[in-house]
Order: sequence, then C-alpha cells, then structure tokens
Amino acid sequence: MMDEIITILKNLHPDVDFETCDTLIDDGILDSFDIVSVIAEISQEFDIKIGAEHIVPENFNSAGALWELVCRLEDED
Amino acid sequence: MRRRIITGIFLMTAAAAVLGFLTCLLKPKYMGDIVEGALIAEYYEETADHDVIFIGDCEVYENFSPITLWQDYGITSYIRGSAQQLIWQSYYLLEETLKYETPRVVVFNVLAMKYDEPQKEAYNRMTLDGMKWSMSKVRDIRASMTEEEHFIEYVIPLLRYHSRWSELTGDDWKYLFYRDKVSHNGYYMRVDTKPAGKFPKDKKLGNYQFGHRAYEYLDKITALCRDHDIQLILIKAPSVYPSWYDQWDEQMEEYAGKNQIRYINFLDLQKEVGLDFQTDTYDGGLHLNLSGAEKLTRYFGEILRDEYGLEGHRGDSRLEQIWEEKEAFYSRMKQEQEEDLKQYGYIRKFHEE
Amino acid sequence: MLFTSYEFLGFLLLLFFLYYIIPARHQWKLLLAAGYVFYAVSGWKNCLFILLTTGSTYILALRIDRIHREQAAYLKEHKKELSKEEKKSYKARNRSRQWRLLLTGLFMNFGILAVLKYTNFAIANVNALLSLTGSERQIGFVSFLLPLGISFYTFITMGYLIDVYRGKYPAETNPGKLALFVSFFPQLIQGPINRFDEMTETLFSEHRWNWQEISLGLERILWGFFKKLVIADRILVGVTTIVGDPETYDGIYVFVGMMFYALQLYADFTGGIDITVGIAQVLGIRVRENFIRPYFSKNIAEYWRRWHISLGAWFTEYIFYPVSVCQPMLKFSRFCKKHLGDHVGRRMPVYMASLAVWFTTGIWHGASWNFVVWGLLNGLIIILSQECEPLYDRFHRKFHVKDRFWYRLFQVVRTVLLMSSLRMLDCYRNVPLTFRMFGDMLIHSRLSQLFDGRLMSVGLTVSDYGVLAAGTVILTAVSLAGRKGSVRQQLAAGPAVVRCVLIYGLFLCTLIIGAYGVGYDSSQFIYNQF
Repeated sequence: MMDEIITILKNLHPDVDFETCDTLIDDGILDSFDIVSVIAEISQEFDIKIGAEHIVPENFNSAGALWELVCRLEDED
Repeated sequence: MRRRIITGIFLMTAAAAVLGFLTCLLKPKYMGDIVEGALIAEYYEETADHDVIFIGDCEVYENFSPITLWQDYGITSYIRGSAQQLIWQSYYLLEETLKYETPRVVVFNVLAMKYDEPQKEAYNRMTLDGMKWSMSKVRDIRASMTEEEHFIEYVIPLLRYHSRWSELTGDDWKYLFYRDKVSHNGYYMRVDTKPAGKFPKDKKLGNYQFGHRAYEYLDKITALCRDHDIQLILIKAPSVYPSWYDQWDEQMEEYAGKNQIRYINFLDLQKEVGLDFQTDTYDGGLHLNLSGAEKLTRYFGEILRDEYGLEGHRGDSRLEQIWEEKEAFYSRMKQEQEEDLKQYGYIRKFHEE
Repeated sequence: MLFTSYEFLGFLLLLFFLYYIIPARHQWKLLLAAGYVFYAVSGWKNCLFILLTTGSTYILALRIDRIHREQAAYLKEHKKELSKEEKKSYKARNRSRQWRLLLTGLFMNFGILAVLKYTNFAIANVNALLSLTGSERQIGFVSFLLPLGISFYTFITMGYLIDVYRGKYPAETNPGKLALFVSFFPQLIQGPINRFDEMTETLFSEHRWNWQEISLGLERILWGFFKKLVIADRILVGVTTIVGDPETYDGIYVFVGMMFYALQLYADFTGGIDITVGIAQVLGIRVRENFIRPYFSKNIAEYWRRWHISLGAWFTEYIFYPVSVCQPMLKFSRFCKKHLGDHVGRRMPVYMASLAVWFTTGIWHGASWNFVVWGLLNGLIIILSQECEPLYDRFHRKFHVKDRFWYRLFQVVRTVLLMSSLRMLDCYRNVPLTFRMFGDMLIHSRLSQLFDGRLMSVGLTVSDYGVLAAGTVILTAVSLAGRKGSVRQQLAAGPAVVRCVLIYGLFLCTLIIGAYGVGYDSSQFIYNQF
C-alpha cells in the first residue's frame, strides 16, 4: 500500500528519497504537474476520489502523509 | 532619555529647516523677465498711507504712474494690481488693504467684469502668492482655485513648485531670502515703444451680459467703499485691445448711475488725454508705456484734485522724504531702460531671446 | 480615492490617529467604517454592490457551514446504527445541497462581475459576428460604471465561500467581521487577494502601538510613493506617446516603448502594493506579499510565482487544481492514455487546466481580445518550456553552465525581454497591431534611430531621463539588497543616523522630484478598474 505510493512517486522523480523526505511541497520537489499526476495515479490505483480541497501541503509533504490521506478517503468511502 | 528627546528635537528642527530652505529655493522669484508676480508683495513695505488705491489688472498697473501723481499733484497712491486680476481677487485685496489703511479714493478697472469663472492657475499664483496670510487671502484662494488646484498647495508651496527643481536658474539662488524692488508703488515701467498695429475685428458674442458672480463682487466692492466712506471710481483704461464692447460699456454706465459712482471710459477720452498710439504704447496698443502712462496720470490727477478734493501733501516733510527716494528709484530705472534702448534697441531685462 | 491624492493622505493620517486612540477592541470596527467611507467616496452607489456580495456570501456560507456541522453531529451520534451505504447517501445528499448553495453564490457574484465588466466585450463580439453575416444590425453599448475593486473583492469573497464549502474552516458568524475582510480598503485598489484563514487572526485582533512595526510600515508606504510618483508617473507620458502613435514610433522605438512600459508597470504595481502592505503594517496587520523581485526571475514559470502572487495562487487553488483533478478530467486523461499514449494522457489534465487558467487570467486583466491572447500566450510559452525540458536537461548536462553568473544573467535578461514583449499586447490594445509592431521592431530597428530626436519628443526632458535612470539604479540596488532580507530591517539594524538620513532623503526626493501636482496628470493605478 505504502509501497505503491512510493512507486508512483519514484516514477516522477527517481532520484528523490521519498521514504524519509517530508518537505516535498515546502521544498518545491513536487510541482503542480507532479501533484496532478500523483492524484490521477493514486485515485485510479486505490479507487478513491481526491478532490482539489485535499491539495494542501499537509497531505502531500511526505509519502506518509499521502498514505494517511488515502486511508482516510478509503474509510469514508 | 533626555538625550533622546534633545536629539529628536534637533533632528526635527533640522528637517524643518531643510524644507524651509527648499521652499525658498523652489518658489518662483519673478525677478527675471516676468516681474508681474512680484507686484503684490511689494505693498507691505510701504511706510505711509495713500490717498488713492488702484485695484485691477494690467490695465491699471501699466497705465498709471503714482510717481507722476505725486510729482504733479502731491497725491499719494498705490496700485495693488496684478496680471489678469479677477474681480473677486480685487475685492479681497481691497478688503485686506483696508486693514492697513483707509484711502480717500479707490479706482477699479472694469475689464475684469468679463471673467465670471476662475481662469488660469499661473495668474492666480502671481496674484495670491504675494498676499500675506489672512482670512481675506483664504477666501480669495477658495474663490480663485481652478479645478486642478488644491488649497493645501497654497499652504505648502513646495507641493506646487517642487517641479521647478529641474528649471532652477541663478536668480533662484540669488533671491533666496530677499527681493529687488521692481515696481513704483505698483507701476510697471516700460520706456520702449511699439506702435499700435492692426487688430482682429471684434468678434460677435452670444451674450453680452456680465456674469452673476462679477456683479456680485462689484456690489461687494461698492458696498465696502461705501461702508468705509471711500469714493469709488470705475474706469476703463485706454487699451486698444482686448475689445471693450459697447454693450459692456452700457452696463457699466447703468451700474454707475444706479449706484451713484463715477465711471470713466478713457477709450473715449484719448484726445483729451493726448494719447498717441504711435508713441505711447510699448506693445502695440495693449498697454501704455511710460510716456502714455504719465499723460494719462496727469489727466486723471486733475480729476482727482478738482472733483474729489485731493489737495496733495507737498510740504509734509515725512512724506517728502519717503517720496524723494521713490522718485530717485523712478528716474534711475528710467535712465537704465533708456540706455538699454540706445545701446541695444530693446530693454535687456524684458527681452526674450 | 487615489492613493496619490491629498484626500487619501489626509484620510490615512486621521485613520492612523484614531486607530491608536480608541480602545483596541473596537479597532476592527473602525477599519470597517473606514473601508466604507473610502468606498463611498468613489461613488456611494457602488457600496450597494459590495454590500450585496458581502451579504449574499455571509448568508450562503453560514448555510453551508451549518450543513457541515449538522452532518458531523448526526454521524457521530448515529455512528453505530448506519450502514456504509446509508452514510454514503446521506453525505451525498448534503453535499449536493451545499453544492447548490455554492453555485448560487458563485453564479450571482461572478455574474454581477461578468455583467458589469464584460457586457460591452460580449456586445462587441456579437456586433462583429453580425457584420460578418452581412447584417446591418448593431447592438448599442452600455455604460456601466465598474465599482472600485470589484474584480478583487469578488475573488476574495468567492475564495472564502469555496473554502467554507470545502470545510477548510467554519463560516464567520459576525457579519461585520466578514464585511471587513471583504472591504479592507488597502486591498481594494490593487489587491492582494487575501485568504480568510490568513486574515482572521491579524485583522480582528487588538493591536497595540508598536513603534518598530509602525516605522517599518511608514517606510514601506514612502517607498511605494517614491516608486509611484518619481518613476511610474514620470515615465507614463513616454509610454502613452509611443504607444498612441505607432506610425511615428516604429523600429527601435517599439523596443523603447516596451521597456518603458516594463518599468512603468513594475513601479506602479509594486509601488501600490508597497503602499497597501505598508498601511496594513502600520495598522499592525500582516498581509501576504504580492511580489518577490519578479524581474530577477530566470524563466516565465518562476516569473508567475513572483508577480501578482496572490492572483496566481487563487487561480491555482480554485481553478487549476479543481479542473485538473475533477472526475471528468481524470476520465478524459485515462481515455487519452489509452488511445494517444501515456505521454499525452498524463499531460492532458495539466495542460487543459493550464489553458483554462491562462484564459481566465487574461480576461481578468481586461475585457478585450488582446488580454485573452496575452493570457493564452503566457500559458502556451509555459507549456512549451515544459515540453522542452528534456532538451534543456541535455544541454545542461553537456555544457555545465547552469550555475555560472553570466548564464543566470542571460536567463534573467531573456525573461525580462520575453515578459515585456508579451505585455506589448497591453500597450497597443490591438492584437494585429501588436504583432505588426513587434515584427517591425525586429526587422527595422537601428541603433541610429535613437539619435534622430524622437527620444526627446515623447514628453520626457533630459532631467526626466536622468531621474528615471537614477531611479532604475536605485530600484535595482534595493532589490539586490533585498535578497538578503527585508531592506528596511537591514536599515533598522544599522546606525540610526544612516537610517534617518536615507529615509529623509527618500522623502525629499519623492516630495521634490515626484511627478505630481499642477502640470502633471496624476494617473490612475493601472489595476484600479479591476
């Protein structure tokens, strides 16, 4: 589950250490292009709907935060 | 703590001094070829009263010579004139003058009746800036301001004149803290001659009636003179141009009759005065030169003496002393201008390159 | 009221004085009153529009928020009893109720904006179509007066409404406080477009006299006036002359006009924001920065992260992301991936959302085609540079110039020239003319043309040019110094004498050399009618 997220992220930026980095947005590692791609892939992969209101730094700053977002949305569904 | 306060006060004073200096530097001095802006302020240096006060535009300050009036009749006078002086400006100048003295006669040139609205900002400035601050000046400014002006620009001149920083001349530095005298009790002297030429035919106007506001202020001038027991004389100076329409003349006759004041149209009295527009004008008929002004003054002085009982003050030692200086200045300037004419063919000060 | 008017300065002085005299808990009410006074001076009828927007948003936001709270309470209470399907359908029902409320608000307020601002644009296009089809009919134009800052406050308010819909924060229950957020007068002229959650704390709290902050704020206001009066207002006449007479000012003068406009726009816009932020700082209120040395950007994408930042952020959050990650778009993207390949499919949502954003950006700036073209061109260039990334990467791997000074300088100059060229659409207001003049500039420019006297005929004197040159140097120097941190803070940390002399000098320069007063036509801020 978490691995899938890391795979998706690594597809965009192979040389970034997504396991430990938690400033993906703050440091500008992921730009708006990346965010959209991540959302497209994750929503398809996990069959959830990620809306624009979820695009906040807290949800995207680390792979872990993304994972938590996915879990939350899966639960609500 | 005390040191802070002292430093603070010192800094504020220094800052204010810099602003004051800049104001003096950037204000126009009117000492060069356009001296008309300096006229109003010169009045405050007078040390004695005057029998006659002239108010009005260039048709008074270029056509009457107070020195001649003194020399030939002993009558003291001052011309509180300025460029394109509007009627409300004349009124407020008169109101202010009455705080300093009460003349026997006030003479007002009625050409200004044709202006019912504020005209040009530049002329406003030349009339208003020279006035000392008073309620009259405040009311005058409010009445004169054009659309683009603000009252605060009169209170803080820097706001208006700051743009002169790129146009500063030697005069601006020389005359930082003083001014030369440029007029003779308000008379602007020109000895050169330029004969009157042809002028465009009189345009037909749609409406010859003078405006509401103009009459309002004329009434005020009349009332002010009456309240102070001053004889008011309305005149129309003998300028060939701009046109003075018959319909305007009629209105002034009517007004004078109704209010029992004298109205003299000098345009009709050119022969009596002895004016010759080939020799008596320096700008082709718009204004008289020294020769013309002295002729007009002599003629007018007779009226003042005979019909208004102004006997003059020759014999008064104090006045004699004061006016002797004025006469000296008068002849000096006349001589300088005549020398210029002989040497260059024009007066250097007023010559435009 | 213009920023650069005696009335506004008087208004500010009075406000600052009252603000620190009254009990602190009433300060926000004073600001609210001040905002409406300021607004009323521009035309009291305009107050009706801003009141309408504020009122409708207040009511709708409360309604939406109530549904959030009711839902949360209901779900908590009936957590055990409800099945997953029941919960889902209950939430869906609420969501659609909220959605309808949101739509009402958006429709109404953007509708007002659209009608007031774009009716004539629509009519012009309809007329063009009519004449194309040979019809004699032409629709007459309307003369609606645009309420001051309507583009700004509409966006500010709608951002708030959307945020409440998204559950980002609860709705404001105090109508006065919401009204203040909407009508905070410094932001009405040129923005920035603030966010409610960023403003609540700073706008409504009590502010004590803090000389440090107040002096910094006053310095910032002065700096804004300096830029506006000494530089922007001075060079404006040059811009309007060159742009207004393309026949005379061709060849290299197109370039001259372009660079004049770049300077004028920068000085005018950032100057106005300086005044806005400075006023807020004097009042103890923090407002987000709207510019970060934009002319130092190395590429167009970076430029748009540094110029009019709040507008970019608004469009990103409320248009770009919603469009790019909405269900229809994702479906379309999957469709493209299947039929046109992964490469195209992945880019679809982003590029289409980008074009939507840039179209809207263009039309937000002005109700005419030249603005739309300008917006779309910006978007196109960004997309192109995105596509060219692999090429750039290859170049940089080969030539290792990325961190060299002269290469970075090249990037900065290139960006300035590029952005200024695009802005020519702003100047000539006519798309074909702009392209023609641009072409003319490229083909017919000769350095010798600068010496044929036309430079002195645009309305600027030698001393004006001197001032502009010195001013540009000062602006650049201050910007360079600003990279290390706020210049005013740096000054404040240094010797007090230096600070006093420099600030007083700046004040004197603005007072004496400023292009204002009788003889100068005090021009409107460019973004004023937004």
